[in-house]
Amino acid sequence: MVTTDDLQSIWLTLQLATLTTVLLLVVATPVAWWLARTASRWRAAVTALTSLPLVLPPTVLGFYLLLLLGPQGWVGRISASLGLGPLSFTFSGLVIGSLLFSLPFAVLPLQYAFESMGRRPLEVAATLRARPLVAFFRVALPIARPGILTAAILVFAHTVGEFGVVLMIGGNIPGQTRVVSTQIYSHVEAMQYPDAHALSVFMLTFAFLVLLVLAWLNRRRDRVAA
Amino acid sequence: MKRLAWALLALGTHCATLFGADTTVAVAANFSEPMRKIAAAFDRDTGHRALLAIGSTGKLSAQIRSGAPFDALLAADESAPRQLAAAGLADPASLFTYATGRLALWSAQPGLIDVRGAILRRGNFQRLALADPRLAPYGAAAMDVLVALKLDERLRSRLVLGESVGQAYLFVASGNAPLGFVALSQVQLDGRLLSGSAWIVPQSLHRPIKQDFVLLAHGEANVAARSLALYLRGAEAHRIIRRHGYD
Repeated sequence: MVTTDDLQSIWLTLQLATLTTVLLLVVATPVAWWLARTASRWRAAVTALTSLPLVLPPTVLGFYLLLLLGPQGWVGRISASLGLGPLSFTFSGLVIGSLLFSLPFAVLPLQYAFESMGRRPLEVAATLRARPLVAFFRVALPIARPGILTAAILVFAHTVGEFGVVLMIGGNIPGQTRVVSTQIYSHVEAMQYPDAHALSVFMLTFAFLVLLVLAWLNRRRDRVAA
Repeated sequence: MKRLAWALLALGTHCATLFGADTTVAVAANFSEPMRKIAAAFDRDTGHRALLAIGSTGKLSAQIRSGAPFDALLAADESAPRQLAAAGLADPASLFTYATGRLALWSAQPGLIDVRGAILRRGNFQRLALADPRLAPYGAAAMDVLVALKLDERLRSRLVLGESVGQAYLFVASGNAPLGFVALSQVQLDGRLLSGSAWIVPQSLHRPIKQDFVLLAHGEANVAARSLALYLRGAEAHRIIRRHGYD
């Protein structure tokens, strides 16, 4: 029952999730590092801000993104003045939406990993005269590897399951913004339940496998720690 | 004196249950505004109350199939009520068209769209919003227009689809799409355009957007639901429906 349209939406979803995961790990790592070590009075505000997508309904996020990316919004104005054209209804627009939507799923595990290693490893590195940046890449990141892996898996899975934001800013364009979740929604709304089933089973299996891998990784880590 | 007041109050509530009943009605989202007004007039004229559950026709019929306690459905199309009747979930004898939707090509910018809609042929725009033709009758009608004007192939890459005509409206109202096909009822009240510019699409260019009413099995014994079915055909409801840009 899986049509070429469905396959295209699966392929697009995987592209979106991969790109979002890579970009978000790069963006979230410094944020998480700062949050884990700072004593700044802005810490609480930044924590709240990065956690917002966790509690906001995706439609709120999508609605504001739509206004922000539109010709009157400041993101839309900047992209227009750079000659990039509008970002709503484009793959790039979806990437921006996904980055915001999954931000806490990257920041929180990373922050936890950085916090739980304490200051000791970097202090030791400093006494061995490693420069801070070198110490970060050669000492902190390897220790935080399980946290990074967790963040990557969660962001990837969360992006695959993203729906409300895409529905608001996507415009359901095949090969550009028509992802698996919106495709399932269309099938259900059009009362084509067999098609909806086929894709939903794919999503269900995928989500289960991701969580299984995650649980397996955690168990192995606990065993190593013990 | 106090006792009398209580007695009157008791009588009052008793009368309300005797003469006025409640009915829960599922209403297609595009018709929510006029239906709210009709429900208020219905309450005023008959003493019955219509409680409205608003959603897309697809979602509402899926809910009805799963046993949602709705007494009647005001759908955005003809097919959903018919399918429910065929499935034995609605009374086929109660089917009727309560409103015929009109399509408009609309832009939030004043002066962008000429009264004949020639902008569609000129094609000097990047995006054209419409409701998904698979999901929404207004979307299917919009597609008919593009096919009738032989523009469907040329404009295909510029189409952005909303999941409903409400979302198509949002895409245009927020400026993310410079123009799009919306329901006339969304942009016009009392025969006047509320904002921007529009071309009221001639009905000869698309299949009729007939919105049908059906009494559901759950509501067959409900006095208020039966009364609403009659009221919808009456002069007051008709006036409200026309004010909102339906035929």
